[in-house]
Amino acid sequence: MSMPFYVSPEQMMKDRADFARKGIARGRSVVALQYADGVLFVSENPSQALHKVSEIYDRIAFAAVGRYNEFENLRIAGVRLADMRGYAYDRRDVTGRGLANAYAQTLGTIFSSGGEKPYEVEIFVAEIGDTAADDQLYRLTYDGQVADEHGFAVMGGAADVVAGHLKEHYTAGASLDDAIRVAVAALGHSESDDRVIPTGDLEVAVLDRTRTQPRKFLRLRETRLVEVLGRRGVEEPDAASPEDALAGSGPRHSGQDDPADPTDQVSGATPPLEDPVSGEPPVAPPVAPPVAPPDSPAAPPTGPGQV
Amino acid sequence: MTDSRLPASFMTPGTSSFADFLGIEAPDLLPSRRAVPAGNAADLAPHGTTIVAATFDDGVVMAGDRRATMGNIIAQRDIQKVFPADEYSVVGIAGTAGLAVEMVRLFQTELEHYEKIEGSTLSMDGKANRLAALIRANLGMAMQGLAVVPLFAGYDLAADQGRIFSYDVTGGRYEETAFHSVGSGSLFARGSLKKLYRDDFNAEEAVTAVIQALYDAADDDSATGGPDITRRIFPVVHVITPDGGRRMPDDEVSVIADRILASRMQRPDGPAAALT
Repeated sequence: MSMPFYVSPEQMMKDRADFARKGIARGRSVVALQYADGVLFVSENPSQALHKVSEIYDRIAFAAVGRYNEFENLRIAGVRLADMRGYAYDRRDVTGRGLANAYAQTLGTIFSSGGEKPYEVEIFVAEIGDTAADDQLYRLTYDGQVADEHGFAVMGGAADVVAGHLKEHYTAGASLDDAIRVAVAALGHSESDDRVIPTGDLEVAVLDRTRTQPRKFLRLRETRLVEVLGRRGVEEPDAASPEDALAGSGPRHSGQDDPADPTDQVSGATPPLEDPVSGEPPVAPPVAPPVAPPDSPAAPPTGPGQV
Repeated sequence: MTDSRLPASFMTPGTSSFADFLGIEAPDLLPSRRAVPAGNAADLAPHGTTIVAATFDDGVVMAGDRRATMGNIIAQRDIQKVFPADEYSVVGIAGTAGLAVEMVRLFQTELEHYEKIEGSTLSMDGKANRLAALIRANLGMAMQGLAVVPLFAGYDLAADQGRIFSYDVTGGRYEETAFHSVGSGSLFARGSLKKLYRDDFNAEEAVTAVIQALYDAADDDSATGGPDITRRIFPVVHVITPDGGRRMPDDEVSVIADRILASRMQRPDGPAAALT
């Protein structure tokens, strides 16, 4: 009988985390920003139909980066959960914290179950209260960790570069117009230069507590963005991004091994992943089969129940 | 193995209907899935009575009286029987009040759920058909005396006009032209509107006409409540135009109701229509 290679749990988790992080970093960033009247979401998203930012409930919104089919699944689950809770109890009993917990449990379970591919997504769940001090912004990562964010947060793409720019320019309690300008400038910022993102490529939405309707989520249309942003110089669309081709699609069956795409189904001449610990290219597996302990041939020490 | 993730039904793509989802995940929350013991249950719970709707040149209005009855008893004086279904539509209910209010909540969630999942609103006919499906699922209880009969109205942005739909307990859906009424006082209200209605109403005239119709219904039907001038309780009126729907504030309704009451002091049967 064949015996599986032993992979230490640490190594397995590192591999899975590395896989998920790569998928997330391939997309474009989403910025969430607290302003005076609520929470603002800005993303560069040339697609008008495939949203990254969506409404979940009266005061709760959802933003995500990564693999579209996976976060769309999570979004629909969130809408169902919120609507069912609001129907069974009351609209006021639907909370962002409950939703964030459900997402965290789901992502965490999928990440740590060996048989499934981890989700390549990162999520914001935002909820606004009656005052700015009551606003909540949660960040959920692919492995189910929840972080409580304050002020602003960035995920996906070159998140650290965008966050660095925001750190310098963000002011708490800003007006909506100022917040939009800061967020758009941060998204266009990169280490080499600053780019003017075309207004048509921006996806902007707010949770605005000053709205009179119970549903506080609102998408800002392009005409409104043009008013706010004014003349900014020559617009430069972003270069083609892997997420444009990948949005909504499964793994590519290109027939070619692409080292930048850890999900491709081909293992060709190029090794798909470097070693997640050392950054070294992977070494080919040992040619000789591993030697089983002489007395216990039927018990490979890999089962999850083993100590 | 313990699995703490959301159940598979939450993550399954396919349906955009909240009622369908509830049927899979929590069927006991659906009003239609409850078994009611055999026998007539009609006298157990309060009944809502008269709802009136009328179109006008730029939209549609719906009004409901405020009375709920249990046999000969007035169960509630200020019940609300007309509810916004979404931004452009409104639903009024006659019949068993408890079931009807639950059905309205389900219908409101159904429309909002579809809107959030699909990113677009249902068409006016789509909304009317969903309501028909909810009513049809209640047929068993209707046969035991717990009937719910809604009136549905809204502004159809595609057709650019106000539209009214009536229903029967089997889920039959009928589009009405100009005006309609349901509930115990509906015969009188409809007769009244027949004489009062004109095609060129503006919003205020349409509101006046439906309140006149409710007054006539209350005049001849003991289960329909008229304007309560001592407690200042007036009909619930919703007005829907291309800009969306709103509930007319009580102080605006009271001005119109007071005007109607003043004219009825002179002529208790209301305005006289021309003979020819």
